[in-house]
Amino acid sequence: MKYTLSILVENQAGVLSKISGMFSRRGFNIDSLAVGVTYDPTVSRITVVTRGDEYVVEQIEKQLNKCIPVIKVKRLVEGEFISRELILIKVHCAAAKRFEIIKIAELTGAKVVDVANTTITLEYCETAEKIQTLTDLLKPYGIREIVRTGTIAIDKGKAEVTI
Amino acid sequence: MISGADIMVKCLQAEGIDVVFGYPGATICPFYDSLYDSDIKHILVRQEQNAAHAASGYARAKMKPGVCIATSGPGATNLITGIATAYMDSIPIIAITGQVRSDLLGSDSFQEADITGACEPFTKHSYLVKKTEDLPRVFKEAFHIASTGRPGPVLIDIPMDIQTNEIESFEYPDSVNIRSYKPNTKGHTVQVKRAVEMIKKAKRPIIVSGGGVLSSGAKLKLRKFAEMTQIPVLSTMMGIGVMPSDHPLYLGMLGTHGRQCANEALHSTDLAIVCGARLGDRAIAAPNQMEKRAKIIHIDIDPAEIGKNVKVDIPIVGDMNNVLKSFIEEIDGFKINDEWDEKVKDLKAHFQSKISTFDGYVEPRTLIGKLSSMLKAKAILCADVGQNQIWCANNFRIREGRFFTTGGMGTMGYSIPAAIGAKLGLKKRDVVVVCGDGSFQMSLNELSTIKQNHLNIKIIVMRNYRLGMVRELQDNNYNGRHAATILNEEPDIVALSKAYGIDSVEVSSNEDAEKYISRIVDNDEPFVLVCRVHPDTPSIL
Repeated sequence: MKYTLSILVENQAGVLSKISGMFSRRGFNIDSLAVGVTYDPTVSRITVVTRGDEYVVEQIEKQLNKCIPVIKVKRLVEGEFISRELILIKVHCAAAKRFEIIKIAELTGAKVVDVANTTITLEYCETAEKIQTLTDLLKPYGIREIVRTGTIAIDKGKAEVTI
Repeated sequence: MISGADIMVKCLQAEGIDVVFGYPGATICPFYDSLYDSDIKHILVRQEQNAAHAASGYARAKMKPGVCIATSGPGATNLITGIATAYMDSIPIIAITGQVRSDLLGSDSFQEADITGACEPFTKHSYLVKKTEDLPRVFKEAFHIASTGRPGPVLIDIPMDIQTNEIESFEYPDSVNIRSYKPNTKGHTVQVKRAVEMIKKAKRPIIVSGGGVLSSGAKLKLRKFAEMTQIPVLSTMMGIGVMPSDHPLYLGMLGTHGRQCANEALHSTDLAIVCGARLGDRAIAAPNQMEKRAKIIHIDIDPAEIGKNVKVDIPIVGDMNNVLKSFIEEIDGFKINDEWDEKVKDLKAHFQSKISTFDGYVEPRTLIGKLSSMLKAKAILCADVGQNQIWCANNFRIREGRFFTTGGMGTMGYSIPAAIGAKLGLKKRDVVVVCGDGSFQMSLNELSTIKQNHLNIKIIVMRNYRLGMVRELQDNNYNGRHAATILNEEPDIVALSKAYGIDSVEVSSNEDAEKYISRIVDNDEPFVLVCRVHPDTPSIL
């Protein structure tokens, strides 16, 4: 089972290594991790996607809460949050195939951010599942390079993760 | 103007610290120079690891954080085992390390080590101080974090220039406000009520108490609750001392090296009330069987311990004092039924220690039992790690005293430095060390510290020329192949102690051992009593 955790931490040096160290030390899995400062510049928000059963995720939450610079931990509820990843994908593209790939971009909502003689680069901001669909579609053309951020997530509606 | 080093001294004074343990070096010299003029007593240990253990002994005796100091690089890395020990045993210590100048940080300069990084898994929190102005806040927070919630070590790493820089003035903060650290001490009222109802319905309840009862200072409340309800009490290694050993309701230590009657009670119970214990693998070997047999109420200040090792029916996060106070108020004259009472008395009465003696050797378990009555009631016994620890845990009869050992980490060499810390914390108490010849040789350099500071510490070395506990393991699990557990050609410990200026004698019978103990127990000098123990003497009865 996959879980998405939102973690508010003090925006200080060393906090990320503290958190990631705790995961590796205790054998917890990290599928993806993203960090960024929040609206309050003293607070950073870490989004971790992890796998495990109920016992494991509960242990993760408790161990996170035990780290002194962790202000708040929230387990986001499946179906009640929006999640996004950003991907930059460079595809091999001869002039003859250019139109086809631009069509795929249009259909999926990806953005063309660079075109060159033999390559085309798309930007795509979506859920992990939709990103998978796009990469599958582009695979036959020859994917040259992929750069991808970790998942970020936010509650739908009024629910929020604030101090 | 005031320097960072002077500020550090003033911070320690503001925290009421009168003794610190350490070992100097270049990058901590500014602090040592300021300490030189202060009224804080500095104890020079002979290796940094022992400074951390001594701070642990001091903290346990004084019930407040102990302070240890080392220089950067190797000084700091030598502290790590001591810091890790305090972490596993939940003992509040403050480790202060010098660090290379801020402008050299990260350049692999002489005696540079990333000590905050290295200690990350073993510290409750750590600081690498970037500005002299931050020192008062950092010290205030460090003492607060170390001593509240679940106690533990906090590391403060201070580059040399932060110590030498001067700022306008010093002001120690009155209070701490860390938004991300607010331990819950109260104990949820509804959970407490549910727990009390469960206790009232239980047929065969027991109390399992751990180190948390001692560190929260709740042992008298626990005793009162047990006496009101007549619920029998077991303890973990770290919980030894919550009840006087001869108390009718006390069954002894549980676990793989525990007392049979304690383990039998644990097997028969239908409700275990776990107080300030984390139920590690040495205490409960098969947690899933216990979950099936009995309901479990788990009270701990650290929410992460509840449900970690054993599944719990009622979790209560809070300070033992508060929770036990509520239990006492709510329990309403409940007493356990006669049948369980009889059964517990029966278990205890039928428990007989079968001790076989070897002629020409000291029987350590009998001697430790005897030792209890020869010391003053409030004596502190520091046991090391190995067979000596198990002999002490099961046979030392605590009255109003304390039992210091490392039950969580199991660090050999702990007892002598811990005794130094304990003695400096509580000067009037009898402080006795029991160790083996293996563990003695891990910290025998501290005899020098004992001598230099005229510390009245009696050390009993159980000498069997073996690393006894591992040897026993090899006998049981490795076909008796004694790989690297034989300590032949050992030095003459009596001569060695005398070389340090400490009187010593070797005995080979309990009669002689007792004779010497009675002779030295009331004098004011340190002493090393070497007891010849037969290698086949087992750990448990």
